[in-house]
Amino acid sequence: MSRETLKREAGFPLSAYLICLQGIVGRELLRFLHQRERFVAALVRPLVWLFIFAAGFRQVLGVSIIPPYSVYVLYEVYITPGLIAMIQLFNGMQSSMSMVYDRETGSMRTLLVSPLPRWFLLSSKLWAGTLVSVVQAYAFLAIAWFWGIEPPLWGYLAVLPALFLSGLMLGALGMLLSSLVRQLENFAGVMNFLIFPMFFASSALYPLWRVRESSPLLFRICELNPFTYAVELIRFALYLRIEPVALAVVSGCTVLFMVGAVLAYDPARGFLARQHDAGGHP
Amino acid sequence: MAVEDVAYAYGRRQALDRVSFTIPPGRFAVLLGLNGAGKSTLFQLVTRLFATRQGTIRIFGHNVLQEAGAALRRLGVVFQARTLDLDLTVRQNLAYHAALHGIGRSHAKARAAEVLERVDLARRVSERARNLSGGQMRRLEIARALLHQPSLILLDEPTVGLDIAARADILAHVRDLVARDGVAVLWATHLVDEIAKDDQVLVLHQGRLLADGRLDALLATTGAVDAEGAFRRLIKRPGAAP
Repeated sequence: MSRETLKREAGFPLSAYLICLQGIVGRELLRFLHQRERFVAALVRPLVWLFIFAAGFRQVLGVSIIPPYSVYVLYEVYITPGLIAMIQLFNGMQSSMSMVYDRETGSMRTLLVSPLPRWFLLSSKLWAGTLVSVVQAYAFLAIAWFWGIEPPLWGYLAVLPALFLSGLMLGALGMLLSSLVRQLENFAGVMNFLIFPMFFASSALYPLWRVRESSPLLFRICELNPFTYAVELIRFALYLRIEPVALAVVSGCTVLFMVGAVLAYDPARGFLARQHDAGGHP
Repeated sequence: MAVEDVAYAYGRRQALDRVSFTIPPGRFAVLLGLNGAGKSTLFQLVTRLFATRQGTIRIFGHNVLQEAGAALRRLGVVFQARTLDLDLTVRQNLAYHAALHGIGRSHAKARAAEVLERVDLARRVSERARNLSGGQMRRLEIARALLHQPSLILLDEPTVGLDIAARADILAHVRDLVARDGVAVLWATHLVDEIAKDDQVLVLHQGRLLADGRLDALLATTGAVDAEGAFRRLIKRPGAAP
């Protein structure tokens, strides 16, 4: 954004931006409270993986001592960070799906005709969605504790910035996708082609050294997958460590996806106008 | 609002073809056109949902593209499609809109009470939006558009899908705003019976502006006896009922 544009749009005091952010976050939380089934569904999915899948594969899939763990860990301990990232991945995609829905029904327009800069409105929406995913992640961690998943107590605090960063990255990716998709029906397909490959081709369910042993190609794909780094960022943070490569990749991807989403929703350069060009009038 | 030489195309289809007009403050202007005439496209351009590629749109002197913040803060919009959050209450819908305009909580509360009183919804403040009737939802959208005290309100076919009583009610509310508050209104419609004698009438057909003036001037120009006849003559389709 050029200095000139910033100057022109700087007609609002800082308090107006804060009020706007508060309003968008508040609305997202209210919607979340009204859709309790969404909260339950978001928790059931990873809990099924934890209670059933991990229990079943505990004996088959052994995990050697790898950082950040200093001792042998049970398989369910290993996959917990991956399941937290899974919650955030699904939440990011669900938020984006609701953006496509809002766009189709028209309520997205209410947001976009606000006089505040569009980059700020989209960023606020992203923060709001991320906050919801962080609440879900902590609820999952609380239930997992009763299942014997007990990271260090300070790990619960240390993981908070990692959760925000990974949530922002996955939310921004979803937002970028929502701008590329014309209809809600198409978005379901995109989700299937994106969510499952992203989840399975990562370190969420198995360590990468094991993947490299069985398939060097898949290992390369996992290395190129930003979701892998979100999982590792959460895993290390939960055990009070920082993984610098994961931190750099997740931060970089967050900025990249966010810039892409803002450009996509820009009326002059965005894909939305081009979609209408190709597909008829509103 | 000043629209100058605005053109817009969807691929090869020209939706707006060099449209120019101005709406002075305190005027009720009716944008009359059949479905597909380009009314909604014009609204998307004025509200910056689409970028103007040719021509300029100014709201109280502010270019919509280059000074979007200054232009949009003086604009209230009621879109053709319902844009309320149905799960939120009347109060919460208004609070959300106030936040999007950077209006603080106490001021927003006072304004909400004021505008709800205006549209006769003060007693439904705690009701969820989904429990309102079609006419009440429209009135709530109008209240929402008024919340930040705009000087110009755009309404895109706001009476579509409403019964006769609700239509008359909405129209009366908006005309009252013009008379009492001096707000300018651009009212897009395809229903000629919504035009009053003193309105500025803009006839849009296949993306082109065919007429711009008061109803009596339009009748004099076309030689028609009523708005419907004038509209038919202008679009050269005697059988086409708007």
